[in-house]
Amino acid sequence: MSKLRSYIRTFTLWELWQGLGVTFVNFFKPPVTLNYPEEKAPQSPRFRGLHALRRYPNGEERCIACKLCEAVCPALAITIESDVGEDGTRRTTRYDIDLFKCIYCGFCEEACPVDAIVETRIHEYHMEAPGENIMTKDKLLAIGDKYDAMISADKAADAKYR
Amino acid sequence: MAEIQSFTMNFGPQHPAAHGVLRLILEMEGEVIQKADPHVGLLHRGTEKLAESKPYNQSIGYMDRLDYVSMMCNEHGYVLALEKLLGIKAPVRAQYIRVMFDEITRVLNHLMWLGAHGLDIGAMTVFLYCFREREDLMDCYEAVSGTRMHATYYRPGGVFRDLPETMPKYQASKWRSQKDVDRLNEIRSGSLLDFIDAFCTKFPGCVDQYETLLTDNRIWKQRTVNIAVVSPERALNLGFSGPMLRGSGVEWDLRKKQPYEVYDRMDFDIPVGVNGDCYDRYLVRVEEMRQSNRIIKQCVDWLRHNPGPVVLDDHKIVAPSRIEMKDDMESLIHHFKLFTEGYCVPAGEAYAAIEHPKGEFGVYVVSDGANKPYRVKVRAPGFSHLASMSEMVEGHMLADVVAVIGTQDIVFGEIDR
Repeated sequence: MSKLRSYIRTFTLWELWQGLGVTFVNFFKPPVTLNYPEEKAPQSPRFRGLHALRRYPNGEERCIACKLCEAVCPALAITIESDVGEDGTRRTTRYDIDLFKCIYCGFCEEACPVDAIVETRIHEYHMEAPGENIMTKDKLLAIGDKYDAMISADKAADAKYR
Repeated sequence: MAEIQSFTMNFGPQHPAAHGVLRLILEMEGEVIQKADPHVGLLHRGTEKLAESKPYNQSIGYMDRLDYVSMMCNEHGYVLALEKLLGIKAPVRAQYIRVMFDEITRVLNHLMWLGAHGLDIGAMTVFLYCFREREDLMDCYEAVSGTRMHATYYRPGGVFRDLPETMPKYQASKWRSQKDVDRLNEIRSGSLLDFIDAFCTKFPGCVDQYETLLTDNRIWKQRTVNIAVVSPERALNLGFSGPMLRGSGVEWDLRKKQPYEVYDRMDFDIPVGVNGDCYDRYLVRVEEMRQSNRIIKQCVDWLRHNPGPVVLDDHKIVAPSRIEMKDDMESLIHHFKLFTEGYCVPAGEAYAAIEHPKGEFGVYVVSDGANKPYRVKVRAPGFSHLASMSEMVEGHMLADVVAVIGTQDIVFGEIDR
């Protein structure tokens, strides 16, 4: 009996029809794809993307040039030079991140004692000319200013886990 | 004129079915393969050597990039070796989180394998379905670690952060109605654990779908049954591990034989094959996905009811929390010390092995008492599997090479390191 069944199944292409049945059912299900870039997948507040340097609400730079991020960076992507600023505080004169070297491990953010360097949710960026891969201090601060609301909200959402 | 006996053919490294940068020199007699000579090293990045020049913790991120389809398992091997050397043990909750994410990683890896293996030997649809489920698991990765792949989440002494209580949600746009968004956000309304739980509930049905597409399919069977048969004795002698060994019928699984973390509290079975051919190895891996799903479910249930610390409170090894660091001078000193110098590991050596999705993944660390390892050696399962390539494809057709590459589940990140 089982042999007969097997014959019938072989000649009627039974298992192939079953497979087609699966695709047929899925044909009528709503698509799982998104219309990127108009529509985006949800992102976690912990997302580690492009870096930014933050400021205090009064406009003062957070970074105090302690160089912990430079020390902890596994890929040696961060270069910092520091000097005493006009107001007598210690400030960076140079803060470069080489995006080609960076492995986005998040250690810089983890190490920063003043929450100055952060990794934001921004993950859509590109470089057009040689040298644009170096994120200078000005560029990093500009990103921090522009996306301040988003960064603050993300950090607040994750604060209790850290 | 002398007759040509056999000819040599170059396969890869740019071949789409070569799973990365595998280069094979095939000696062919007509379409039958006599010998295959794998050339490795095209993805060599010197991970082991790099690890010697940086403090212990800084290499965790590089372990992700070894086998880049089972990221957290690689970290786990490295972190376990360090914990062995340091003589510490992670809190129970951290161990459960690690086990859960190891199994999520196993499902991720096997889904990637199933999709790619299917695509290689002519089944397009299953690839798309596998990636549909992978997407959900990638979201779990992102929710805990902030990245979809290279997590850097495990740390000696625990894991970096506890599981989040909320999941990120879809936003309405002109492309999607509010009703549609609500449907998508339904499983995201609770915590990460709810999300994983919902995934566990639906996943066996998804595996059934893949099986309907493949298991009885005559084309699939023609491409896999009796291809690259490895006897149990030969599998042991060749140094196989993981599904490759179990496909040949040897019941060997480090999760059962040398339980690490909390695997001894888990209820799961080890699937084994009978014939040791590509088809059996396929069945073993598919069953492993179901078993992994069971383990994930058990971890979710435990984690729900047992809150607690996810990392040790030993600030000589683990950095203090942000609040402590900002309030307490001593913690700040610990923080600075840990992020510049790292921690010193007592002189000695340790080998820790875990049941990686591909086999036994071991990390051997030698310390001379400094803050950097003296030597790190990674035992990659794929390497010994690839070494058997010639034996497995001998006498088969050229098209079967692709089936064998698929069945070995080769990823070059770990082979070349």
